[in-house]
Amino acid sequence: MENNNGKIRKMMIILSKGTLENVYAAFVLANGARMEGIEAEMFFTFFGLEAIHKKKLEHLHVATVGNPAMHMPTMLGGLPGMESLASMMMKKEMEKIDMPDVHEFLDILSASGVKLWACKLAMDMFHYKKEDLYEGVDAIITVGDFYKQSEGEGVHMLMV
Amino acid sequence: MNASIAGKEITVNEEGYLTDFNQWNEQIGESIAAEANITLTPRHWEVIKYLQNEHKSQVALSIRRVGKSGVVDIKEFYALFPNAPLKTATKIAGVPKPASCI
Repeated sequence: MENNNGKIRKMMIILSKGTLENVYAAFVLANGARMEGIEAEMFFTFFGLEAIHKKKLEHLHVATVGNPAMHMPTMLGGLPGMESLASMMMKKEMEKIDMPDVHEFLDILSASGVKLWACKLAMDMFHYKKEDLYEGVDAIITVGDFYKQSEGEGVHMLMV
Repeated sequence: MNASIAGKEITVNEEGYLTDFNQWNEQIGESIAAEANITLTPRHWEVIKYLQNEHKSQVALSIRRVGKSGVVDIKEFYALFPNAPLKTATKIAGVPKPASCI
């Protein structure tokens, strides 16, 4: 094996969840890689697809149930409107720190050269079509294709 | 630490960023750019001047802000300064490296 001195050349980021906090974490990691001169590709699978679904990406929520860091009793988190309220509050804070919304973030990622891949299996499962997706999505690919993309030295894979 | 760039003695930090913008001149900018294998064109200079003005007005720089500046869009920014555009462009411009995650 060639020695590349541990340098990270490319980040492969898999997003399988559709909660706002997971989506942002994945986006910040991908964008942050590009900012450091590291290549980045994202694979959207299962609920992660919501982040690139045109009609759903504007309506992502933070998880108020099953999220101990919310410091909210589970029963309360399950009440109608709680998720929207928590999400609204979080979005407000994000705007304050110059964090773009999901659509604008996708524009930034796409313009920065981040490859955006949709998982074929999950697309079939949710009956989504290519035209349902954000226009900057590069293609719908299989997990095998994604591994093929990940070949080479200095490539790291991360699941969010 | 001290460094000699474009025949001038200047102070830089351990990453090679100028610590005093008053020591900057265009030859130093060109010399730092050459190290990053970039030949500066008039488009590069427009971006560099913009970054310097933002720094002067004490605006925190981020990729998003640069993209919204109207001076350059994100795609062109990456094309002009391949590999870490914000880091590279600020270094050439003689302004501090932005501590931005976005």
